[in-house]
Amino acid sequence: MAIDIQMPALSPTMEEGTLTKWLVKEGDAVKSGDMLAEIETDKATMEVEAIDEGVVGKILVAEGTQNVAVGTVILQLLEDGEGVEVLFAPKEISSETATTPPTPAPEPVASKPEPIPEPAAAPVQSAPVEIDVPAGTAMVETSVRDALRDAMAEEMRRDERVFIMGEEVAEYQGAYKVTRELLQEFGDKRVIDTPITEHGFAGIGVGAAMGGLRPIVEFMTWNFAMQAIDHIINSAAKTLYMSGGQMRCPIVFRGPNGAASRVGAQHSHDYSSWYANVPGLKVVAPYDAADAKGLLKSAIRDPNPVVFLEHEMMYGEIMDVPDLDDYLVPIGKALVRRVGSDVTITAHSRMVGRALEAADILAGEGISAEVIDLRTIRPLDSDTIIKSVKKTNRIVCAEEGWGQSGIGAEIVARVIDEAFDYLDAPPARVFQKDVPLPYAGNLEALSLPNAQDVVVAAKGVCYK
Amino acid sequence: MATKPKTSKKELLHLYREMLLIRRFEEKAGQLYGMGLIAGFCHLYIGQEAVVTGVNAAIKEGDQMITSYRDHGHMLALGMSASGVMAELTGRSGGYSRGKGGSMHMFSVEKSFYGGHGIVGAQVPIGAGLGLANKYLDNGKISTVFFGDGAANQGQVYEALNMAQLWKLPTLFIIENNQYAMGTSISRSTAQKDLYKRGLSFGVKGVQVDGMDVLAVRDATKKAAAHARSGKGPMILEMMTYRYRGHSMSDPAKYRTREEVSEMREEHDPIDMAKNRLLKEKWADLDALKAIDKDIKAIVAEAVEFAKTSPEPDPSELYTDVLLEVDA
Repeated sequence: MAIDIQMPALSPTMEEGTLTKWLVKEGDAVKSGDMLAEIETDKATMEVEAIDEGVVGKILVAEGTQNVAVGTVILQLLEDGEGVEVLFAPKEISSETATTPPTPAPEPVASKPEPIPEPAAAPVQSAPVEIDVPAGTAMVETSVRDALRDAMAEEMRRDERVFIMGEEVAEYQGAYKVTRELLQEFGDKRVIDTPITEHGFAGIGVGAAMGGLRPIVEFMTWNFAMQAIDHIINSAAKTLYMSGGQMRCPIVFRGPNGAASRVGAQHSHDYSSWYANVPGLKVVAPYDAADAKGLLKSAIRDPNPVVFLEHEMMYGEIMDVPDLDDYLVPIGKALVRRVGSDVTITAHSRMVGRALEAADILAGEGISAEVIDLRTIRPLDSDTIIKSVKKTNRIVCAEEGWGQSGIGAEIVARVIDEAFDYLDAPPARVFQKDVPLPYAGNLEALSLPNAQDVVVAAKGVCYK
Repeated sequence: MATKPKTSKKELLHLYREMLLIRRFEEKAGQLYGMGLIAGFCHLYIGQEAVVTGVNAAIKEGDQMITSYRDHGHMLALGMSASGVMAELTGRSGGYSRGKGGSMHMFSVEKSFYGGHGIVGAQVPIGAGLGLANKYLDNGKISTVFFGDGAANQGQVYEALNMAQLWKLPTLFIIENNQYAMGTSISRSTAQKDLYKRGLSFGVKGVQVDGMDVLAVRDATKKAAAHARSGKGPMILEMMTYRYRGHSMSDPAKYRTREEVSEMREEHDPIDMAKNRLLKEKWADLDALKAIDKDIKAIVAEAVEFAKTSPEPDPSELYTDVLLEVDA
């Protein structure tokens, strides 16, 4: 039997990649450990190794083919004594078109959203909102990853004091490739690889900020920043106050936050509410690429310590970014992403996408939802939320983190304080189940909130 | 020590005066604490005066200092006003942090004092970060980080030493080994007690210094500062010192004998050592020293008066200094 060699996944979130180069040709004998091919994604380049002995039979995907789906059979390996005739003759795939796997790849269950019904043809009065840019501004399709990179590069060009430090930010080009090409442009004085010592380098970043620089400290994920949280809170956030306004600490701590895909409990924690609890910090959690860029630029210029929470699952999303020389989004301002009249839905980071999906579904069922992207968690833009609730009289607060003492809990408390008499239903919350995030695909999917959960909550507060 | 370190009449009188100011200031702070005018935690520097005074004599203006919560001596050595420090201890608006920091949290951008940190060991990477800023800005400055024998066991100290050496940061790691981490003697907390060797696995050179001898401290620091300033990277200075008082005002220090403390006071006191040399070299007589003492007492009395009369911060200060306004 010939052995099928499939397009491998380089990371839990990879769905497709480019087959850049074949390192073997048909008829070559290979043994376990030999390199077969080179593949590349937007994050990394990797070589595919043979794990079996045999002879290269048929190469099924040509060199240079882009968008090869994970799981696609790219080569068939003949075992000892087999001839090419054992192979059924699959059609060679041209280098221009993407392939479909002959057998479907096992897709990670967790990343698969709940099936969402198509919205009905005649939606209610609920419309998407454009962001605030000059009329006629062109939009450039950019990944969230590159939008973040561009923000840093622009600010580093603008201000010599801005530098980035963290694990794998320089030579490796970023663990998630967010710092790609920064080393090449700015050199190793301003793009600094650190040892794996979060506590120490967060403290060094704080000291550098006090000493007159503008550090960006990247945590490979916010989970690892638990090692460094003392410096974020005790050293960075409290110093201005403790010094009676004398000692400044302009620093950005950034990295991916929250659940990625199938990485288990210790790599999947949403820290939004932890940092939001601390006066002296600003906490930002963008959803789309434009905000990722505009808010990160604002964060780097901010004279205060800023916790910047990104989302790994959003890094590869391609979205519109305004083609402006200096696109800034102010910290502390929420964005009404969709105007509606029946219910307010608040969300931040990736959950905004789920909320927007939910709003589509609700529109199909005759419910007009207003979706507020919080953008900044601290200072929280209460005004925008309260104004919306006074109009819709109903609210659903959605977040990916846990419920207890969560962002939703805070928003509900503020709504009750400031708009109690406007409420036509008790406020509802949507959040992660109260368990450490499980690894098993089905359990992970059960534990994270999705669009359907938001729909159910919204219908609940509308008594429908 | 085989030969006496070189000094001059002018220098030694100055160092004596500096140490005496710290001693008298701290004694007064202890009294005010007893009277209830100073609250919370208050960690006195009495006994350790030679360390910061000697270091300060060896570094240049603009070089940064950062330390733990036992910070009053460092501020006085850097020339921050005794009144401003004392008024912070009493929580008044005239204090360096306008009453919002307290004994453990004061700063002075003007005098290059970067705090005043309450989390044991946290100042160490921050101090290395000041070194990184110096190197980045190429400003010719070095940073000096002070921490105790207790902090020397914190993990982040080693993270900082590693990066400081890796990046050749101009930073001096100054361990004030006063033999006690709060109530735990070094022999009960530390497997290998030669703290100056703690950087060896990173290639950071270390020197052990008689921290009760202000001139020995000065000389060791001068060498180390030249090393750091020349781009060779950090150094460790282990200053062997002793605190006469408890860890903080609430510590009766029952973990050591009265004899141990008296022996240090009578035979190794840094101020007495300086005084004896001044007398022996005939650079000052008892009357001259008395005059200095009188001067110092007047400065401290003025500081106390200011700290008592400066008003408490205005209630509106509660909400200020949390965040800076973003420049338009």
